Amino acid sequence: MTKPALSDEILMKVEKPARYIGNELNSIKKDKNTVDIRFAMCFPDVYEIGMSHLGIQILYDMFNKRDDVWCERVYSPWPDLHAIMKEQSIPLFGLESQEPVRDMDFLGITLQYEMCYTNVLQILDLSGIPLLAEARADGCPIVIGGGPCTYNPEPIAAFFDLFYMGEGEITYDALFDLYKTMRAAGKSRGEFLREAVKLPGIYVPALYAVTYKEDGTIERFAPLYEDVPAIVTKQLVLDMTEAVYPEKPVVPFLKATQDRVVLEIQRGCIRGCRFCQAGMVYRPVREKNVERLKDLARQMIAATGHEEISLSSLSSSDYGELEELVNFLIEEFHGKGVNISLPSLRIDAFSLDVMSKVQDIRKSSLTFAPEAGSQRLRDVINKGLTEEVILDGAEMAFCGGWNKVKFYFMLGLPTETQEDMRAIAQLANETAARYYDTVPKERRNGKCQITISTSFFVPKPFTPFQWARMYPPEDYIGRAKVVNDAVKEQLNRKSIRYNWHEADVTVLEGVLARGDRRVGQAILKVYEAGGIFDAWSEFFDYQRWLDAFDKAGIDPDFYTMRERPADEIFPWDFIDTGVSKEFLRREWDNAMAESVTPNCRARCAGCGVKKFGGGVCYEDKN
Amino acid sequence: MKIRIKFRKFGVMKFVGHLDLMRYFQKAVRRAGIEICYSEGFSPHQIMSFAAPLGVGLTSDGEYFDIEVHGIKSTEETLAALNDVMVDGVEITGCRILPDSAKTAMSVVAAADYELYVKEGYTPPASAADFSEGIREHFYGADSFLITKQTKKSEKQMDLKRLVYVFEVEERAHTLCFSLMTRTGSTDNLKPESALEALFGKMGLAYCPEAVQIHRKDIYALKDPGSADGTLTASDFISLQDMGEQI
Repeated sequence: MTKPALSDEILMKVEKPARYIGNELNSIKKDKNTVDIRFAMCFPDVYEIGMSHLGIQILYDMFNKRDDVWCERVYSPWPDLHAIMKEQSIPLFGLESQEPVRDMDFLGITLQYEMCYTNVLQILDLSGIPLLAEARADGCPIVIGGGPCTYNPEPIAAFFDLFYMGEGEITYDALFDLYKTMRAAGKSRGEFLREAVKLPGIYVPALYAVTYKEDGTIERFAPLYEDVPAIVTKQLVLDMTEAVYPEKPVVPFLKATQDRVVLEIQRGCIRGCRFCQAGMVYRPVREKNVERLKDLARQMIAATGHEEISLSSLSSSDYGELEELVNFLIEEFHGKGVNISLPSLRIDAFSLDVMSKVQDIRKSSLTFAPEAGSQRLRDVINKGLTEEVILDGAEMAFCGGWNKVKFYFMLGLPTETQEDMRAIAQLANETAARYYDTVPKERRNGKCQITISTSFFVPKPFTPFQWARMYPPEDYIGRAKVVNDAVKEQLNRKSIRYNWHEADVTVLEGVLARGDRRVGQAILKVYEAGGIFDAWSEFFDYQRWLDAFDKAGIDPDFYTMRERPADEIFPWDFIDTGVSKEFLRREWDNAMAESVTPNCRARCAGCGVKKFGGGVCYEDKN
Repeated sequence: MKIRIKFRKFGVMKFVGHLDLMRYFQKAVRRAGIEICYSEGFSPHQIMSFAAPLGVGLTSDGEYFDIEVHGIKSTEETLAALNDVMVDGVEITGCRILPDSAKTAMSVVAAADYELYVKEGYTPPASAADFSEGIREHFYGADSFLITKQTKKSEKQMDLKRLVYVFEVEERAHTLCFSLMTRTGSTDNLKPESALEALFGKMGLAYCPEAVQIHRKDIYALKDPGSADGTLTASDFISLQDMGEQI
C-alpha cells in the first residue's frame, strides 16, 4: 500500500479525508522506475466534482494503456486542506503515487468552466510551479490546458506552457513521443515547446504576439516565427466506435456527483442552437455504434458494480439507434438492481413509455429546456421547440401520471423584450392549465408543480452570439423581476415556482469567456488576494474581482457591454474549430431576422466542418 | 439465505467512513457476482446490514455485514470471488451461513474488543508497569469507576466496571498497547478511548487522541441474550463469526 502524502494528524483534521488517499478500485499504480513519462491529470475543483468528469476518465485510461506513461489524478484541495498545505509547505501530490506533482513531466489541467481559473493558480501554487509560464525553468513540469475553455485560452494564456485544442484522443501519443525523443537528445523545455507547436492542435501561447489598437481591440495576433502555425486546428475523433473508452473506470469511495456508469453515445449535436458553444465546437455529430455501446455497458457494470447507468450526449433523442439501445439496457439490467437514467431526452411517446418503465412517475419530473419563453425568441436562438410540442408533451405526460414539470430558460438573450420575459410565465401557466384541463379531478395526484429556473445568458466564443453584448448585474435582476411579477399574475400561479441565478457571477463569466490576454493579470490578482473556489457561491467574492480589475487597470465592461462589430478580431480567431466565422456571422444575421436554420440532418447549413471528412456530414454517403 | 461476511479494514482505508464503506460493499458484492436479494420498488436496494459502524481513523480485523442471497457458493469460493474485487486495505476473512431465524448482526451486537496503541512518533506518558498498576488500582481494585458521558441533551453517569470486560496493557514492539473489551450496541455503548481517557485522568496524565491508534479486533453477541447485565464477563460473549456455519 502506498504511504499517504498527508500525515494521520492532517487527514483526521480535514473534511472528507478520502478525497486525498487515492487507492480507489481501478486506479492505476505503476512502478515509477519503469515508465518514461509521468503525467498529472488535474480537474481543478473538488474531488467529487472532478471524479465525475468523463473526459479525464477517457484520457486517464488511454495514457495508462501506454507502458511508458503513468498518468495520475489531481484535484483541488478543499480550502481546509489548502490552508494547511500553505502553512506547512506541503507540495501538491498525485493521488496514485502520493508523490509531488512538481516531480512529474506533465501537469494537464482540464478547463470546463471559467470560474475554475483561480483554482488553476491554486494547483500551480501548491505544486510549487511558478504561476507564470515564462518563469518556469527546465525540470519543471510542462503545464497543458485542455477542455472547452481552451476555445478562448487567452485570459489564462500566461499560466500555461501549451494548450491542446480539441479531443484528446488524437495528438497526445505524438506529443509524448516527441517529448521522449527530445529529452533523450538533451533538449531544453523551450526547445521542446518550439517543436510541440508544430503538432496538430497544439498551441504554445509564448510563441505568439498580440498588438492592440487604441480602442483596446486586437490589431494583430501572429506567430513570432515563420515555422509556427498561424492557425491551430481542433483535433477530433472521426470513428467514435473504434475510439478508446474506459472499460474499467475508477470507482471513488466518496459519492461523486456522477456516481454511475456513463455511456457516451455520440459526440456533437445536430441542432445548432445559437447560444450553445458545445453544439458548435463539437461538430460534426458522430455516433458510437450500438453494438459497441452494449458491450461497453456490460463490461463497465461488471468492472465497477455501479447501481446506475446513464447515457451521455448533448441530445440523446437524436441518436439513431436510441430505441434499440434503451430496450437493451432495460432488458439487460432492469430488475438486477441497476437503475437506468436517461437525461436530455425529448419528451414524446417513446421517451414517456421508457421513463414509465425505469422511474417512479410519482417522484420524477419532466424537464423541458425551451430556453426562451416566446416563439419569436426561440426562433432567434434557433431552439426548434414550439409551444405546441411542449404543451402536447406535457399533456401526454400528465395523462401518463406525471405532475411535476421543470422548465429551464435563459434571460438576457439577444433581442429579448419584456414580452419575451413575460412569455416564460405564460408558458408555465399554459402548461399548468393543460394539467387541470386534461386530467380529471379524481385521477389527479394533487396540484401540478411547475418549476421555472432561469439563468442569465453568457455569450461564448465560436457561437453565432459571440458578437452579443451583456448587461449590468442590476439589469439581469430586473429581468428576473419581470418574470417573477408575471408569474404572480398567472391564473395558475399557485402551481408555479420560480428560481433565478445570481447575476454578478454571470457578468464575470462573460469577461473570462471572451477576454483577451490582458485579463490574466486580474485573475492573478484575485488569486493573490485569496480567491479560490470561485465556482462555489460560498467562496465567490464579486468585490475581490472588481478590485482586481481595478488594480490591473482593466475595464471589465470593455469585454461584456459592447455589441462587437462584425469585423473585430477576436482573441480566439486563430483557432479553427471547423465552423467558419462566416457561418457564425450568417447565423447571427439569421438570428436578427428571426429566421430558423434547420438541423444538420434536415439540411446542411454549410458551417464548414464537412472538411474534417466524417460524422453527420457524410451519413448518407457511405 | 442469510450470509454473514467478516472483513478487515486497514491502511489508508481507515479514512473511508462508514457510509462510504457501505456503498463500496454494495458495488463490490455486485462485482463479485453474488446473487444478493433486492428490495421491491423502483429503486431496489440490496438486503445488506452492517454490524457496528467503525469510526473514521479506526482499523479493524473483525468487521461484519449480513446479506440475504438467492444462492451462494462455498465459503472458499465466495471469499476468493470477493477478495478478487477488493481494494488494498479491505480483506474478506469470513463467510458463514446463518440460521434462517437469525437476527441481524446489528441487533445482536453486545461487545467489541480493541487494541489501542501509541502511534509511531509519540512517546507514552508513562511505562507499561505504571499503567498496569493504574488499571489495578482504579479499575480492578475499585468498587466502581464512574465516568460522565456528555450527550446532546444531558449528562449521563456510566460505570466502567459494568461496561468494560477486559482492560490490560503490555509493552509491544517499542510501543504501549492497551487491550479493552467494551460494551457495544444501541444501549450503553462505550467507546474504548473513553475508558482509556478516564484512566489517564485518574492517573493525572494528559490523554492525546492523535497519539493513539484504535484497532478493533472483533465484535461479539451475548451467548445467552437473556444474561443479566452487571455480572457479565468476557466468557459470556460469542464472536459474530461463530454464530454461523462454514459453507
